[in-house]
This record gives sequence, structure tokens and C-alpha cells, in this order.
Amino acid sequence: MSRYTGLKAVFKREFRGYFATPLGYIFMVVFLIAAGLLTVSRDFGRFLELRQASLDSFFNFLPWLFVALAPAVAMRLWAEERKTGTVELLFTLPITLRGSYLGKFLAGWSFMLVSLALTCPVVFVVAWLGDPDWGTIITGYLACALCVGLYLAIGMTFSAMTKNQVVAFILGLAASMIFLNIGRPQSLEVFSSIAGIGGYLEQLAASMSIIDHFNSLTRGLIELRTLAFFGISTLGWLAAGMALLDEVKAS
Amino acid sequence: MQATSGEVLVEVNRIKKYFGSIKAVDDISFEVRRGDILGFLGPNGAGKSTAMKMITCFLQQDTGSIKVCGHDTIAEDLAVRQKIGYLPESAPAYGEMTVTGFLNFVLDVRGVDDRQAAIDKAVEMTGLHKVMNQTIETLSKGFKRRVGLAQALIHDPEVLILDEPTDGLDPNQKKLVQDLILKIARNKAIILSTHILDEVERICNRAIIISEGQLLEDSTPLDLMEKAPNHNVIHLALAEENKELVSKIQELEWVERIVRETETRLEIYPKDQMSHLAELMPLLEGIHMESITVQEGRLEDFFREKTEGVCA
Repeated sequence: MSRYTGLKAVFKREFRGYFATPLGYIFMVVFLIAAGLLTVSRDFGRFLELRQASLDSFFNFLPWLFVALAPAVAMRLWAEERKTGTVELLFTLPITLRGSYLGKFLAGWSFMLVSLALTCPVVFVVAWLGDPDWGTIITGYLACALCVGLYLAIGMTFSAMTKNQVVAFILGLAASMIFLNIGRPQSLEVFSSIAGIGGYLEQLAASMSIIDHFNSLTRGLIELRTLAFFGISTLGWLAAGMALLDEVKAS
Repeated sequence: MQATSGEVLVEVNRIKKYFGSIKAVDDISFEVRRGDILGFLGPNGAGKSTAMKMITCFLQQDTGSIKVCGHDTIAEDLAVRQKIGYLPESAPAYGEMTVTGFLNFVLDVRGVDDRQAAIDKAVEMTGLHKVMNQTIETLSKGFKRRVGLAQALIHDPEVLILDEPTDGLDPNQKKLVQDLILKIARNKAIILSTHILDEVERICNRAIIISEGQLLEDSTPLDLMEKAPNHNVIHLALAEENKELVSKIQELEWVERIVRETETRLEIYPKDQMSHLAELMPLLEGIHMESITVQEGRLEDFFREKTEGVCA
């Protein structure tokens, strides 16, 4: 028995669950079509127009796609358990809160990584058309994996907060959007204009910007601060979600 | 049925639980021994489910302690959960899973080695053969309840906690579940909450009544039935009105009161709820009677007397 007791069993059940209903497949199809369209669209990725053996036009729009899809995956993880009462069953089985929470998180994350892995044809196409920078492709996928993990952790916290999946989705989407956009010049201007502590707030906001860290990775830079940002933020949201769930699970 | 003298498997010691300013459970203590089937009674909102949730480690008590098979429910909660089989109220289960998938998940979590044997035994006891490959959401209420029972029994737990196990079942299904509980009770401590008092009379050897979070009674169903206000009331139906007889009976020392349903039908309430038929008989010599019966107290009457006026 450890603090992670039950993690494996919960992971197995949840991961299989994505493929037990059409929902998982629908998610994958929507993701793959949307990712493909955004990549080749003349208004967004302009993959074909750019005539470059690079996946920039593919990676650039994924944070915006995941910001909507990750909360959709996360919304049911706890809200449904609490609504149907299975949360009572789950937490009276020999499973720790940490084991079940991380089991669900890892299952959701793995499911999204499988979806991400299914985008591999775009890599083959680029490799076939030219001589791409493999380093940036690998860091690009790493950026996507970390980004989607963070969104999922954010979404799960809101799924733990409410029994209503729609509310969980909207709150998860809103919170993820805030962290995605917090580093934009317009946002930073607002922070810097606050008298006294404006400078600190601006720095803080800039350091919490998902898109800046994401872009840094897709450019091929693996910086400690970027990895620390994704690691600490994801663990922070997971810890917050666990604390919240422990409080409200019986209500 | 009498109380057993087996080892104590559940020990609840002065537990209290508040939800904000609402006191849900107020200083409750009791023990459950191996072989006991303890009926947990009380009006809705009395604190039964809250107490059960604390024993099963879903909630933590604010004060007091609970031990299950010697393990503390707060300090050693995983060990307690291993020992307990629990059927929560309304038997929640993962609707999208098949019965086999769901039972396998529970076995996975519980780390049971011989899965097939465990599944076979649980399925045999609960009669789930026909629906093993169906998803749980497509099952009837009765089958869903049986799936809940199967998951609670699958690891052969020493302590079984069942929150309203027969609620919403048809009479045949109720009997099936009651027979199952009786069958498996010998080596286990079972706590079951119910609103069906006949069920307690039939299968429980102990009964606890909780109201407004407090423990009002802890006894055998038989004892509680004997404490019912109408226990040993004598119903006397005379062939014709006899005022003289009524006044003679009224003067008897053991008579508390006489209720006259009609001119010829009397209910004689004894002061001590003991049977006084033998003492009444001499007075009835030569009197024309249609019938005379002694009423046996019912748990329902005792329950009503204790908890009337308490609403959820």
C-alpha cells in the first residue's frame, strides 16, 4: 500500500473507457480534422503556400485547438463521478485520493497523446517533401504534450469543483484561455499600468504565459525555466484539484 | 434471533460529525460482532448514511474513533477499505462498463489473485449469469442492485455495509437479497440500513435506532418489538355491551387504560406491556365473547413511537 494505491487500476479503467464509447473516437476525429485544416488553411497555417519543410504551421495552432479540446476531455473526469455517485464507491475501495486523481489524469493525458501521435502522417509528409529540422519537430511534440497536460490539469480542477460537466467545461476553457493569453502585449500593458506593483505583475504574467513557453520549445529551445513552468504549473493545478476534491467529494 | 458473542469487528466510539452548523451524527457508540446482522433504522436524514460513510472511510468523523477489524478508519483507512464490502445507497456503478468489466475493475483495485473464482462465486450468489456481458446502464433496477451487491461481496469481506440494499426492489427480489444476506452472515459482521421494518424483524439479530443524529436504541428486534406501545394489548370483542365488565376490568391493577373502539370491542392496554391474559380470564367466565386476541408488538409501532414528529 502506498500513497498511489489504485493508480494503475484507475488508469486502466479510464483509458479503456475512452474507447468504450463513441465519444473518444469522435474526439480524435474532430482533433485530427481540425489540426489538418488549420495547418493547410490559407488563413492560418498556410502549410502549402509557405513551401517549407517545417512543421511550424502545424504546431503554431495546436495550443488554440487544445485549449478547447482538453477541457472537453477533462470535464467528465470528476463531475460525472460526483453526479452519478460512483465517487462514493471509488473512495470506499482501497484507492488513495492521489492514486485515483493521478490515474485519471494520466489516462486522459495518454488518450490525448495517442490523438497527438496520430498526427504522424504530417511528419512523414514533411520528411518526404524536404529535409526538416528533426530537433524542432521533437521539441514541438514535447511542447504539445506538456501544453495539453497543463490544460488537462486545469480542466480537471474545475471538473472536481462542480457536478455539472458543462460548467466544468466552460470554467476549464476560461481558465486555460487566461493562461494562454496572459503574456500577450495587451495583457501585459494592463498589468504594468497598475501603480506600485505593476512591474512585478507584468513580469509574473509574462513568466506564466503558456504561449511564450510553448513557442520557445517549438523553436527548438529546451530551457529549464520552460520545463519548470510546465512541470510546476501542472503539479500545482493537480494538487489544487486534489485538495478541492477532498473537500467537496461528499457534497 | 439473538445477539452473537463473536469477536468485535466494528467498534464505533463516541463519533460526532458536523456539516457546517448542522450536527449530523451526535455522540454515537456501538459494536458489531462477527455473525451479527445489525439493522440501522431511523427517519430520513437521521444520520444513518453519514454514520455508514464514516465507517467505510468515505467521510471522517470530527471526534471519536471507529475501528474495523482492529484498524482505525482514519489512520489506516486503506486497511479498513480492504476489509469492508460496501453497497452505497442506490448502488452506483459505471454505466458504460459491462458487468464483467466492472467486477474485474473492482478485483483489480482490491488485488484479488484468483479472479475467475471470485467472479464465479459472486455471480453465483447474486444470479448475474445472464447479464455478464451487458453494459450496466442497460440493466433493470433489480439487476443494478445485484451488481452492487456482487462488487461488495466479491473479495469475501469480513465486514459488509449495505445502505438500503432492498430499496426499490420487487417483493421477489427483496426476498432474494434477504436470503442472500442470511446465507453469508455467519462469518461476517453486516450492517444494513433500511426503512423496511419487516426486513429487520426477519433477518437482523440486532437493531439500532438513530434519530436526529443520536442513538436512541441498541437492542435485538425482539426486545424492541416487546417495547412497542401495543405489545400484549388484549383485543376483546363481546357479543353484547357489558358496562359492568368494563368497569371491573378498569379496576384491575395491571390495566393502564381501555380503549373502546365500539360498544362491544375493547382494547385493554397493560401498564407493564406484559401478558395478563391469564389474570383476565376469570372475569370473562360466563360472558359471551366473539373473540379475544393478544397483540404482539411490532417494530414499526415502536419505531413510530420513538421517532414520530422527526422529519428530514
